Amino acid sequence: MERFDLAIIGAGPAGMAAAAEAAQRGLAVALLDEQNRPGGQIYREVDRAAGPRGAILGPDYLHGASLTAGIARPEIRYLPGTVVWAVEDGLRISFTRDGRGGQLEADRVILATGALERPVPVPGWTLPGVMTAGAAQILLKQSGVLPRRAVLAGSGPLLYLIAAQMVRAGTPPLALVETQTRASLRAAGRHLPGALRGWRYLAKGLKLLAEIRRAGVPRHTGATAIAVEGGTAAEALTFRCKGRTHRIPCGTVLLHHGVVPNTQAARSIGVPHLWSPAQHCFVPETGTWGETAKPGILIAGDGAGIHGAMAAEYAGRIAALKAAEELGRISAPERDRLASPLLRARSRESAVRPFLDAAYPPYAEALQPADGTIVCRCEEVTAGSIRSHARLGCLGPNQAKAFSRAGMGPCQGRYCGLTVTALLADAHGQSPDETGYYRIRPPIKPVTLGELAAMDEPPSHATE
Amino acid sequence: MKTDSLFLELEEAPRVRIWFDGQPLDVPEGANLAAALLAVGVQVFRHTPVSGAPRAPYCMMGACFECLVETGGTLRQACMMEAEDGLRISRPHQTAAEVRDGTL
Repeated sequence: MERFDLAIIGAGPAGMAAAAEAAQRGLAVALLDEQNRPGGQIYREVDRAAGPRGAILGPDYLHGASLTAGIARPEIRYLPGTVVWAVEDGLRISFTRDGRGGQLEADRVILATGALERPVPVPGWTLPGVMTAGAAQILLKQSGVLPRRAVLAGSGPLLYLIAAQMVRAGTPPLALVETQTRASLRAAGRHLPGALRGWRYLAKGLKLLAEIRRAGVPRHTGATAIAVEGGTAAEALTFRCKGRTHRIPCGTVLLHHGVVPNTQAARSIGVPHLWSPAQHCFVPETGTWGETAKPGILIAGDGAGIHGAMAAEYAGRIAALKAAEELGRISAPERDRLASPLLRARSRESAVRPFLDAAYPPYAEALQPADGTIVCRCEEVTAGSIRSHARLGCLGPNQAKAFSRAGMGPCQGRYCGLTVTALLADAHGQSPDETGYYRIRPPIKPVTLGELAAMDEPPSHATE
Repeated sequence: MKTDSLFLELEEAPRVRIWFDGQPLDVPEGANLAAALLAVGVQVFRHTPVSGAPRAPYCMMGACFECLVETGGTLRQACMMEAEDGLRISRPHQTAAEVRDGTL
């Protein structure tokens, strides 16, 4: 089995930056990523999209090309199209690539698995035509495809970014239906002085809003009772705003109320997680360098808490320096000297986050959905079913899973876990930490018997 | 399947022919399969095994498994595949009624 100094899972900003920094310090690096080309979700397909769609996507996106260029080094074995399904002690990583299982070992592992869209369980969210705002961004970046008759609903700056990009592409959204209120904006005001260190983000947000306004896209704020109507596919978005009921016929609904760390890999190897009240999600417990309670495992980027792409880039380099020091390639004083400007930069890039978290809180009705709303898309389990299991005595998500099948489908709880925890916590008057989360076990992505059987064949192909 | 797509394609690209449930579709070569199916007007990718409800891509990043299609006897995520000439895929034939009947 091939052995590396460092294996990095995920080739987004944190993973790519970590790989380049580690390679520069002389580490032999494996960089594993599910996609066929580097960039993660934020810089998806940047090397191919920059030419035809650079003007629509903007300079912050094009910055990703500097990171993809940085991983073309002989010390880095870049493994695209590689789905990791287990990270285990001894630091052994199991994966599927080209239809075959494979394994490698590493002295250190950096999990750079990024973020997932926070689930938006509203009535009708499982209908065809309902997607995440992030999905629309991926369609634009990777494929140059955008919905023609879309309504954007939820809260957060990503809605403004995709709306502005749709305007630039000549297919503006029909409307922005936003759930944040004036009260949340006022509450965010106390974070404004700190956020001014991240003034560039605030300026960008105002510029996007101006673009959206100029294009005449209607904005509704403080929306409640959001629901998608449709038979076999989405036909309209309905909501209440300022005492009136609205109905907007549309072909696509793009939902978003923030992103949350993708914790599947970290949980599967036993990294402890804590509830973040500010970000309304669980985050892995990490130190300054991204180190965790599990020996050898570091976490960098949004997977360790949502701070955005630029902060992720610095976090990746910081974690790589820690790995290089632990493996004896650089001394501790050298690590500290190299990390010092990176730590300052990461702090600056994160400065706007408390303001954004407070100004654009998650949509309350999607955190505690109505009884009839599906929360587990895979097994079609409703919020009412979870509540009835709570009444029968289910205290935590693993019991509720056994009784209701919520979290047992192929997505393995990625899009219901936080909702099920929230429902049980509310039913029992407990905190999310007391309530806990699904126990995540490998394989963290489905693997077929055929792929496993192919693992024992001569490994010439498996890790190429 | 609808032919008037709900999606706009920003650029022209050379096309390849793929087959979805036996129907020929001309999609951009090397395109992300889920994006290509949406762009040519496919609205429903599959029906759930639990209730037979229609589903289509939700996350486009390999996490939600809503875009599962059948190819070569296995289920795969369309959003993690690329369109190649001659590719044959179909909707997974697993409606609730079929699961009850014991047919795949």
